[in-house]
Amino acid sequence: MSDQALLSRRRFISASLLAGGGLLFDLNVPLAQAADAPPVILTAFIRILPDNRVIIGAKNAEVGQGAKTMLPMLIAEELDVDWSQVTIEQTHADQAVFGGQTAGGSRTTPREWVPTRRAGAAARAMLVAAAAAQWKVPAETLKTGAGKVTDPASGRSITYAALAQAAAKLPAPDPATLTLKDPAAFRIIGRSIGGVDTPAIVAGKPLYSIDFKLPGMLYAVLETCPAFGGTLKSANLDEVRAQPGVRHVLTLKGDGQAESLYDGVAILSESWWSANKAREALKAEWDDSAVRGFSTDGYDRQAATRRGGKADADIVRTGDVDAAFAGAAKVVKADYSYPFIAHATLEPQNCTALFKDGAIEIWAPSQNPENGRALVAKALNLPPEKIRINLMRIGGGFGRRLMNDYMVQVAAIAAQVPGTPVKLLFTRQDDIRRDFYRPAAWHGFRAAIGKDGALTAFHDHFITFGRDGKPVRSAELSATELPAGLIPNILLEQSLLETNMPTGWLRAPGSNAIAFVTQAFLDEVAEAAGKDLPTLMLELFATPHELPRGNNAPPFVTARAKGVIEKVCAMANWQGRKALPKGQGKGFAFYYSHMGYFAEVVEVALADGMPQVKTVWVAGDVGSQIINPINALHQAQGSVIEGLGQALAGQKITQVAGAVEQANFDTHPLQRIPDTPAIHVEFVKTDYPPTGMGEPALPPVIPALVNALHAATGKRIRTLPIVPEMFTA
Amino acid sequence: MAVELTVNGRKRSVDTDPAKPLLWVLREDLDMVGTKFGCGAGLCGACTVHVDGAPARACQTAIGEVAGSAITTIEGAAASPAGQRIAAAWVAQDVPQCGYCQAGQIMSALALLNQTPKPTDADIDAAMAGNLCRCSTYVRIRSAIKAAAGVVA
Repeated sequence: MSDQALLSRRRFISASLLAGGGLLFDLNVPLAQAADAPPVILTAFIRILPDNRVIIGAKNAEVGQGAKTMLPMLIAEELDVDWSQVTIEQTHADQAVFGGQTAGGSRTTPREWVPTRRAGAAARAMLVAAAAAQWKVPAETLKTGAGKVTDPASGRSITYAALAQAAAKLPAPDPATLTLKDPAAFRIIGRSIGGVDTPAIVAGKPLYSIDFKLPGMLYAVLETCPAFGGTLKSANLDEVRAQPGVRHVLTLKGDGQAESLYDGVAILSESWWSANKAREALKAEWDDSAVRGFSTDGYDRQAATRRGGKADADIVRTGDVDAAFAGAAKVVKADYSYPFIAHATLEPQNCTALFKDGAIEIWAPSQNPENGRALVAKALNLPPEKIRINLMRIGGGFGRRLMNDYMVQVAAIAAQVPGTPVKLLFTRQDDIRRDFYRPAAWHGFRAAIGKDGALTAFHDHFITFGRDGKPVRSAELSATELPAGLIPNILLEQSLLETNMPTGWLRAPGSNAIAFVTQAFLDEVAEAAGKDLPTLMLELFATPHELPRGNNAPPFVTARAKGVIEKVCAMANWQGRKALPKGQGKGFAFYYSHMGYFAEVVEVALADGMPQVKTVWVAGDVGSQIINPINALHQAQGSVIEGLGQALAGQKITQVAGAVEQANFDTHPLQRIPDTPAIHVEFVKTDYPPTGMGEPALPPVIPALVNALHAATGKRIRTLPIVPEMFTA
Repeated sequence: MAVELTVNGRKRSVDTDPAKPLLWVLREDLDMVGTKFGCGAGLCGACTVHVDGAPARACQTAIGEVAGSAITTIEGAAASPAGQRIAAAWVAQDVPQCGYCQAGQIMSALALLNQTPKPTDADIDAAMAGNLCRCSTYVRIRSAIKAAAGVVA
């Protein structure tokens, strides 16, 4: 082996002894699927204790998506230990050591499915090699299980703990030589395993970022300009300093970027309650002249003007759209829209930091810690290696904590009080008013139907937010949005409005809104063509296609879409829906997002003038293996209820004079327990690698709901949120 | 001002502003962080505790108002048989996702079972409607309460 190859192997796998007799395998395995992409490196820590317990490091932040349990399941399976031997520890953030640690986009499962199992298999191979050397038998003749190596020929067996020291001295195996288990032999993967922290949560143990305390820690609240981007002119700092309990009042000079730092005034006290109380005495003057002009009314007026006019730019144009509309037997037109909405994680944004001797240690609830490190490095002008980030359990992510504004803010505060730990905590009002919102948008749709009832052309004028000719974060429409790729004549075009609203990724970003408008509009198209939406979708998917998706994503496979559509129609007795009493209805939708194929049916009735969802049926295809069935079910249930909440709870963030009007759960409500329908979830297993469950069950429930409401009431819902007046007009 | 109260059966004395909410006294003065801050306005239920046996929003309860009272928090919930059954059902059904609201959910569920040992669906909805779960674990909150109460799901 050349030096270069050896070096490269060492980068992938190294093993070293830990103090105390434990064995630390530091396994870096390249991402197998992306041969042409730069290697994505993963490290899983496996420590074997003298009593044969195994400590497995979980590298992704836990936001309630189950990664802290699932990733160690993959390692434990291939390491061949019993789950009862395993203790799970959260790792800190360091992509150089652990590889990618972003918890978002339902990407953990597809990204980790092979490399994380290989991390377990590599450790197992080293332990087997150690036993083979000790017994002087070929490694291939040995078996493993329950954390032991056994020799079937002699009946001998030895624990991993007894082999650990010898195994650590052996050369690490080439990942390519490792054989992963046949799925038929899985003993942990495919078993329902409860969340690793569930017993501690139920006992009220301190687990979350907000619970973390350091000796001598001060609590901080932060005031910023209500209108996003306003700068600080003056503030009565001395008056605030005189308030009970206040230890420091500091000003922060921002860079004008929501994702890093706006100007602000921080109040620090030994008690968060007294810091926040002192805030009532703060009188700050802001210069918001550059951003006061932004408002919801203004966006609505601009969108109405732009809608009928020429778009700014094409997203995709195929075939001859004009000719298709000119020759259509029928043309269907409809305008759709949806509002900004907030993430509203139940644990308000917070972060703890200690700045000392030119370095900073941070305890963060971040889904995306390396982005936070880069922002803190820039804001504090620190080398990245002077920033240590510890990952705390997170009280809800939904994409909010892919942003790291709270990390930069607390770092900027802590840097002004060196040696004193600081916890910054948002009030709920801060949290709702300083979010990175799911952006609002408007869609002007047209569809052409041919004489044979087939969809021949599809046009969307998408009015979204952007600057410099590009949509802002999470405000894009993909050029591959269906039915693009399935019919010849497609025109997706966009126009951009300016805004000062920070925007961001909300669970199933893009898809949570685009599914609503496209599947609701296609339900209108299906009706005009004299068929139902499942029939229209099955026609579109009739020819087996693999549509490319780019960015190392697998292609969209029409056969998989067909599979879940047929499945949900059977589950929900779709053919029998006409037998429902008057005033009740079933609606269908299909959507593909985050590599998951989901078809859903909603049954709804009006109760006291508002929709009451009785039952939701969900059929999903996320590949060959459901890794942790109980968690997959819970993700689907939560996605469905969250989607229904986006439509029904009254969520709508509005803006006046550059600032958000809503502030708490009275004005930005969530679904509550009485709104919970029966939810039936089934998975269609197909021969594709497993993909994630954090998001793809959410998008189709909203169009399935509005399509059901059309079936029940005859009314088309073309904007959100749904309000009672929509059924009385 | 010193306020005397009993928390999970233990006598405590806190020297603080009588206007300080019980939530922040628990979290800051008594270092009991199981009770969670969610909204500060009595809208989400994350801070639910029992004051003399009745469910209360700790963020809306000034410490001065509960002097001499007996407080039960999530840290003491499993001391009672009903609390133990609830905790066991919550673990068996893996109710939490992010888990942040669950202390409040469990305290509301415990208050319900203390009052109504065999609740109906309507009883559960009424007792639990004040507790938000952003992850929407409501399906399992319902079934875990039924399991703890020994009523058919």
